[in-house]
Amino acid sequence: MVTETKSPLPFTAMMQTVPQTESEPEADTKMRARDVSVFYGEKKAIDEVSIDIPTEYVTAFIGPSGCGKSTFLRALNRMNDTIASARVTGTIELDGEDIYASGMDVVQLRARVGMVFQKPNPFPKSIYDNIAYGPRIHGLAEGKPELDEIVATSLQRAGLWEEVKDRLADSGTALSGGQQQRLCIARAIAVEPEVILMDEPCSALDPIATAKIEELIDELRGRYAIVIVTHSMQQAARVSQRTAFFHLGNLVEYGHTSDIFTNPREKRTQDYITGRYG
Amino acid sequence: MTVSSLLLLVLGLGLAGWLTARHRARMFRSAAAGRRIASLPTYHAWYAALWIVVPTLVFVIVWQSVSEALVMQHVLAQPAANDLPPFGFRRQVILNEARAVATGAANAVFNPAAQALVEPFTQAISRYRLIGFVVAILIAAVGAARAFLTIKPDFRAHTQVDRMVMLVLLVASLVAILTTIGILASLAFETFRFFGMISPLDFLTGLHWAPNPMSAADNPDPTRYGALPLFWGTFFIGAIIAMIVAIPFGMMSAIYLNQYADPRLRKTLKPALEMLAGVPTVVYGYFAALTIAPAIRDAALALGISNPSSESALAAGLVMGVMIIPFVSSMADDSISAVPSAMSDGSLAMGATKNETIRNVIIPAALPGIVAGVMLAISRAIGETMIVVMAASTAANLTANPLEAMTTVTVQIVALLTGEGSFDHPATLAAFALGFVLFMVTLALNYIALRVVKRFREAYE
Ligand SMILES: Nc1ncnc2c1ncn2[C@@H]1O[C@H](COP(=O)(O)OP(=O)(O)OP(=O)(O)O)[C@@H](O)[C@H]1O
Ligand SMILES: [Mg+2]
Repeated sequence: MVTETKSPLPFTAMMQTVPQTESEPEADTKMRARDVSVFYGEKKAIDEVSIDIPTEYVTAFIGPSGCGKSTFLRALNRMNDTIASARVTGTIELDGEDIYASGMDVVQLRARVGMVFQKPNPFPKSIYDNIAYGPRIHGLAEGKPELDEIVATSLQRAGLWEEVKDRLADSGTALSGGQQQRLCIARAIAVEPEVILMDEPCSALDPIATAKIEELIDELRGRYAIVIVTHSMQQAARVSQRTAFFHLGNLVEYGHTSDIFTNPREKRTQDYITGRYG
Repeated sequence: MTVSSLLLLVLGLGLAGWLTARHRARMFRSAAAGRRIASLPTYHAWYAALWIVVPTLVFVIVWQSVSEALVMQHVLAQPAANDLPPFGFRRQVILNEARAVATGAANAVFNPAAQALVEPFTQAISRYRLIGFVVAILIAAVGAARAFLTIKPDFRAHTQVDRMVMLVLLVASLVAILTTIGILASLAFETFRFFGMISPLDFLTGLHWAPNPMSAADNPDPTRYGALPLFWGTFFIGAIIAMIVAIPFGMMSAIYLNQYADPRLRKTLKPALEMLAGVPTVVYGYFAALTIAPAIRDAALALGISNPSSESALAAGLVMGVMIIPFVSSMADDSISAVPSAMSDGSLAMGATKNETIRNVIIPAALPGIVAGVMLAISRAIGETMIVVMAASTAANLTANPLEAMTTVTVQIVALLTGEGSFDHPATLAAFALGFVLFMVTLALNYIALRVVKRFREAYE
């Protein structure tokens, strides 16, 4: 059974086999990964994964713990560079440009491909300075009024503005967990990224805060390409239009979320989403 | 029976108890062949030995000081003691002499008045020694009896031994605390004596420091006891010059080691840096006095400064700064390591460079810990003695010119206590007052620093 799906079909081939049940038009590709493997030292954590991340939709990565979701996500904005033992092979393109090419400016790449982490990690600075951090580094604002404007818009888009507009000088760490996570999303938005990667953004939050984040993701869809790693099948079903199922470092199945959940082609996918393992 | 032979006797009894108890426990074991006994024979042995030795030892130590007082009381009650001067130095000398002869520490009295007291001393000492000896043996016997009555095949000697060992450890740790309190108390006592002669106001705010140990003790000149130049010198050398060296170098080496260095390099560099902290400060003192100070004077001469001091504050401060570098660097390193990696990941994921991340996120987050480290470093620097004794001068100057000679609190303490003055003279007592101030300042610095570090740790847990 394992040998049967050892090398996953390329995305295009797979799409042809998936019947078009949705009324959605076919999506533009924002990021394109081909035969990507990630190693930690000698250990292969991701094995020859090829996937196309669409521009207008939310893509969910699901799969049992340790299957390499975070590893692959971190390969998309080269955060794996911060781990000394990590090594990436294959190609990953952003708008057709190879992000692992030697001329690639990692700093620019990360400004274009933002990231939200599992545990909210606001800087120990004021709410204002948290949001202004990226724009200041990248010189996005000319003067204070423009920066104020960016801060306000980012907080509004993250749905946090009404809650914090009177306390922008308070420390970001003084907010609740859910607010902190929306602050981190606002912080990522503030540098006008093209892609936002979210690694289990709700796993530290209660159901109400989770619902707010999901709502937010829905609102942000279309403006940014969004990739979200989640352990919650319901969440994947609610917020995403594309779902990728990873298992033991392989991309087992990738397609429309509705298909994956109602009509998976692979037995392993079926077993996972029905809760038989993982 | 002297103290040392008494101690030997106690230990001998303990050993005898140990052997006997072990033998008995082994008998239990062979009697109950096949069954397990509750504790190993050695636990029984230790149980008995501890019961014999510990109470007796405590008694011997206490008796040592009590009997001294009892002997004195006995001697003073004798008619021969009526001729003693009522109080003061001479009375003490006579008594000491008589006792020295009685204990055999001296052959003959020098002071004829002491002769009559030798006999009472001899009597009293032998009497109380005998009493002590008998009581010690009695206590040892009672302890042994208690131990041997409780030793039975099912006796859990090991839990009892555990408890007794814990008690011994507790007492040992109390010794350190009590010693600190004792030191502080005696320091405070001498300080108050000093403040009885010189007003604290004159001492803490006076600008002129020139205690004269040869002046009349009962009429000191308060204008010569202004310690402000010393406090300034200490602060200038330890907290300003030394920190100008130690903070940047310590911080930069911490950042390099923590954030940039290859793990293998870090593994060799960090212990090397920490080894610097183990170099005896007298070695730094040589370095300061023989190498740095002359170099600074030559440099000053070359710059056209006429008549520069050969014992500049700069030399002592620079070398002290170097000595403190590992201290600052290791505290900063710890604080930087304590900043969660989620924090720097967040910054890197925003597209910040490593340098921006360190400057904008890591250092601010680690700042409380770093500040605390610097405070601990300052408290070490101002208490440091050898470097300044060797490289700084004893001239108390109130100046901000680092090329001038300056003195510190610790240098003056050494100078005052190694001088000729008697311990009743304010010039000597001033050393205690200086020590007391130094103690209070370092205590406050350490306390605040530890509080800050604690709050800082809590923030990230
Ligand atoms: N820094 C690292 N060094 C070495 N191995 C790592 C490292 N990070 C992850 N791994 C290994 O790579 C594999 C994939 O880990 P990854 O964190 O990507 O899994 P995941 O799918 O995100 O799991 P989870 O759902 O628990 O977050 C695991 O076997 C893990 O042990
Ligand atoms: Mg993960």
